[in-house]
Amino acid sequence: MLPLELREVSFATNGKRIIDAVSAEVVAGPRTVILGPNGAGKSVLMRLCHGLLRPTAGRIVWCGANGARARQAMVFQRPVMLRRSALANVAYGLKLAGLPRGERVLRAEDVLEAVGLAHLAGRAARVLSGGEQQRLALARAWALNPEVLFLDEPTANLDPGATRDIENIIGQIHASGTKIIMTTHNLGQARRLADEILFLYQGRLVEHTPVERFFRQPASNEAAAFLREELPWA
Amino acid sequence: MSEITQAFAAAAAMIAGLDAKLVEIVTLSLRVSLAAVLIASVIGLPLGAAVAVNRFAGRRPLIVVLNALMGLPPVVVGLVVYLMLSRAGPLGELGILFTPAAMVVAQTILILPIVAALSRQVVEDAWEEYREQLRSLGAGPAQSAVTLLWDTRYSLVTIVLAGFGRAAAEVGAVMIVGGNIDGVTRVMTTAIALETSKGDLPLALGLGVILLALVLALNAAAYWVKEAAQRRLG
Repeated sequence: MLPLELREVSFATNGKRIIDAVSAEVVAGPRTVILGPNGAGKSVLMRLCHGLLRPTAGRIVWCGANGARARQAMVFQRPVMLRRSALANVAYGLKLAGLPRGERVLRAEDVLEAVGLAHLAGRAARVLSGGEQQRLALARAWALNPEVLFLDEPTANLDPGATRDIENIIGQIHASGTKIIMTTHNLGQARRLADEILFLYQGRLVEHTPVERFFRQPASNEAAAFLREELPWA
Repeated sequence: MSEITQAFAAAAAMIAGLDAKLVEIVTLSLRVSLAAVLIASVIGLPLGAAVAVNRFAGRRPLIVVLNALMGLPPVVVGLVVYLMLSRAGPLGELGILFTPAAMVVAQTILILPIVAALSRQVVEDAWEEYREQLRSLGAGPAQSAVTLLWDTRYSLVTIVLAGFGRAAAEVGAVMIVGGNIDGVTRVMTTAIALETSKGDLPLALGLGVILLALVLALNAAAYWVKEAAQRRLG
């Protein structure tokens, strides 16, 4: 279904332009990080790509668009857990994906093992810690074996230890062949996780470059200022 | 003063001795109100959830009407059901006027808006939180409604019990459509009204005490269930 093509995509709400004519091609393989200050439109751009929002202008085109939605998953900044066990939360996603009942539990157990939550499988998801909930959200998404995984500031509310766990799991998911597209405003995280950077500023795509070049030699004043941590937190 | 004391003593004796008449009236009350709350829940919970997760023309007016109907005066409901079920009415052929069935119909109409309007509110609040996650996982409106009903089940129990309390405590509707016929349609509230006007205070008081105890026990149970669930499931 990749590459994902954005053609002059704009999004406005209440007369305010959030995303302004963004064009880009996102190919399979490299981990893509959408970077930018708060309010740049990162989360909105991701929701547009995932289909949770519709562009008010322009088009979002998946290669071979049929059934593209079923092969994407998304992890949100604040995980939404259902009032049931950790295992049942993962199994719920698999049920919606159409997996037969018998396979759901097996797959869910495997993926909980992989994110280090096997010992909490029977615990109510909502009483887990923030870091555990986010790992569970990753497990729920990973279990679907998506071709593309969107991650919206997945560690924004977490302490350094939990952040490291999440970043490790993202690495594993990438290694298993899933395309990673994530947003962050954290430069260190972008440096650790990204292969390529989409730098967003005030709704416009300012740069789309490999990560080394972005950090060594940003092409735009905005990116240079962001790297010097001088941009106002809009 | 002594008359009241005597009445209390007589009431206590009737309750302790499981007075046949008392038991009969209480049993009918419970049967009628439980049937009404069951029917109202079977219709009202899905209706509330459907209104919560769907967007359609006329949704706002419908919500306003549902909310307003929560305050339906029981005597008005009784009057309307009476007209419908009376010999000359459109449903007169059913021949259920002055039977417990008519009382179930009236109480169902009385509490259906309570169940539907309050569950709409509860489910919609949860929907705000869950919407993007459920859509991301591929849940359609129907699937989302079912999931939300299940996830808010402990709040819904409180709503259903509120509906039961309203049904068991109302007097106007069952008086009109039931007719307060001894041994056939006499329930706690109509019996209390009648016995008080006749001056048979012990029976009226005994029934009053039972009615109060019932409502109190129900609310205690609802509170306890919700507390326990919140501790366990978050």
